Amino acid sequence: MFPRPIEQQSRSVQVGYQALLPIALILWLLPLIAVMIFSIKPDSDFVQGNFWGLPSSFEFFNNYGKVFFESDMPRYLWNSVVITVPTVIGTVALACMTGFALGVYRFKGNLFIFFMFIAGNFVPFQILMVPVRDLTVSMNLYDTKLGLILFHIAFQTGFCTLFMRNFIRALPFPLIEAARVEGVAEWRIFWFVVMPLMKPAIAALSVLIFTFIWNDYFWAVVLTQGPDAQPVTAGITAFNSQFRAAYHLMSAGSIVAALPPVAMFFLMQKHFIAGLTLGAVK
Amino acid sequence: MATASTNAPPQRGWYKRNEIAITPWLFLTPAVLFFSVYVIIPIGQSFWISFHEWDGLGEKIFIGTDNYERLLGLGDQRMDRKFETSFWNNIRWLVLYLLAIPMGLFIALLLNQTVRGIRLYKSLFFFPFVISQVVVGLVFSWFYLPNDGLFDVMTGWFGIDIRGGVLGNPNTATYGIIAAGLWPQTAYCMILYLTGLNAVDPEQVEAGRLDGARGWKMLWYVIIPQLKPATFIAFVVTIIGALRSFDFIAVMTNGGPFGSTRVLSFYMFEESLSEFGFRMGYGAAIAVVLFFIMLGFIVYFLYSMWRDEQAAR
Repeated sequence: MFPRPIEQQSRSVQVGYQALLPIALILWLLPLIAVMIFSIKPDSDFVQGNFWGLPSSFEFFNNYGKVFFESDMPRYLWNSVVITVPTVIGTVALACMTGFALGVYRFKGNLFIFFMFIAGNFVPFQILMVPVRDLTVSMNLYDTKLGLILFHIAFQTGFCTLFMRNFIRALPFPLIEAARVEGVAEWRIFWFVVMPLMKPAIAALSVLIFTFIWNDYFWAVVLTQGPDAQPVTAGITAFNSQFRAAYHLMSAGSIVAALPPVAMFFLMQKHFIAGLTLGAVK
Repeated sequence: MATASTNAPPQRGWYKRNEIAITPWLFLTPAVLFFSVYVIIPIGQSFWISFHEWDGLGEKIFIGTDNYERLLGLGDQRMDRKFETSFWNNIRWLVLYLLAIPMGLFIALLLNQTVRGIRLYKSLFFFPFVISQVVVGLVFSWFYLPNDGLFDVMTGWFGIDIRGGVLGNPNTATYGIIAAGLWPQTAYCMILYLTGLNAVDPEQVEAGRLDGARGWKMLWYVIIPQLKPATFIAFVVTIIGALRSFDFIAVMTNGGPFGSTRVLSFYMFEESLSEFGFRMGYGAAIAVVLFFIMLGFIVYFLYSMWRDEQAAR
């Protein structure tokens, strides 16, 4: 293990390390801690210039109540849910199929298609912006959730294919061959042999894509406008212009907007990290 | 499958006979179609549009390479000043964003212990990556507020006063935004390295210790070579992240002050969908330039992956 385990060091080093950790953490999360404190402060604190001190009164319910009952925030949140969930389902379904096809079969063009998916995923998405916007407008899907969902599914399939294909590659191939010898149809191999083994990959991809899509901002402003279809990342800017310089409300709104992926991360931490670090170890 | 033909009924369908050859294509078709329509074909379309003048609604007017000449200042024109600023800012992003890799490694080394509660520490350190960039940008813009912002208060203790605040001053604004971007990116690199460190071969570390390698030497000659896969991924995601930077700029400065924080991705967006009319052709030309900058890296990434593929066979 590197660095040398702390248990092998002197007592004072151990105590020093234990004391250092919380301090380092507080420094690291300082911006977040500040926003949390902001979000429970009363308005008057900001007027009097008490930005970074302790709140003079506890206004948690007031501030968050305003976010939920006196703004468009709930609508934006709901839009985000309606955009994110179908995207996750669609992308994971497509990626299971492509991953299976590219991971199990040897055929001409296999690597080419695989690399096409990866390359497309690396592309700066600004180069897609004008044509995709045009396409969405011509399909009458501009400023609809469906327009965003369709694009997200297509684009995320690139990354997910990379993920699924490498995952399936690592599965024991004799299993599939045994099924073939038994005369099992190929689609049944996919459904009954490979799919059950893919559960961890599906879980990992789902949380990752959920986070990516929930946090997307660029496509939200390119393909939608206004509270009918915009997700919460774009909504937060509208929210902020509604409550200009009301820092206590803006921070409460930001926290609400950021919460779902955070909750997802803490609930599904193992899968999340397994997904993000795929390939970090050979 | 041919071996089975002797006892198979002769009327076996065409699909059954070619099942193994056809199945992958059946599984690929929906995704390939989708991906082509939304990703592959639009790349070509952007190239095409970049040779036109187009407001997004009316007729496209073919103008050849005019957009590029204006952008790059070919012939007797001067280079587009906004483009120049954006390009150099992109370079700044690329170079400074890479700092996330050593910083992530540093934090990973700090946290690679087995004391009580370390798991919670690890996930809390990783936490910034999960938050949307829009929110991170907002938070940092309050942190940088002139006079009231914590950063301004702290620099004030050292007698430093940045006029207009970090984000209001054209000399510092880009660096302020990059610093905000480094926060989640460092967290990402940290988690990659933590996973990598977990898999470091303990026997090699012991052997290194016996040979008297310690501290920096151990890190440089024994550990970092073993972290190569993690470093590669960190490099890929950081480069892509740097060139895609849009959210932070849009939220924190909207390109200002005086256009000093524009990058190509933001400038492209601004030209194509600005309130002064849509200049899709010019925007597409900027995107194509960005694409070519990216292409160098994409080719390198794909080449590395392809080499690994060959080695794995």
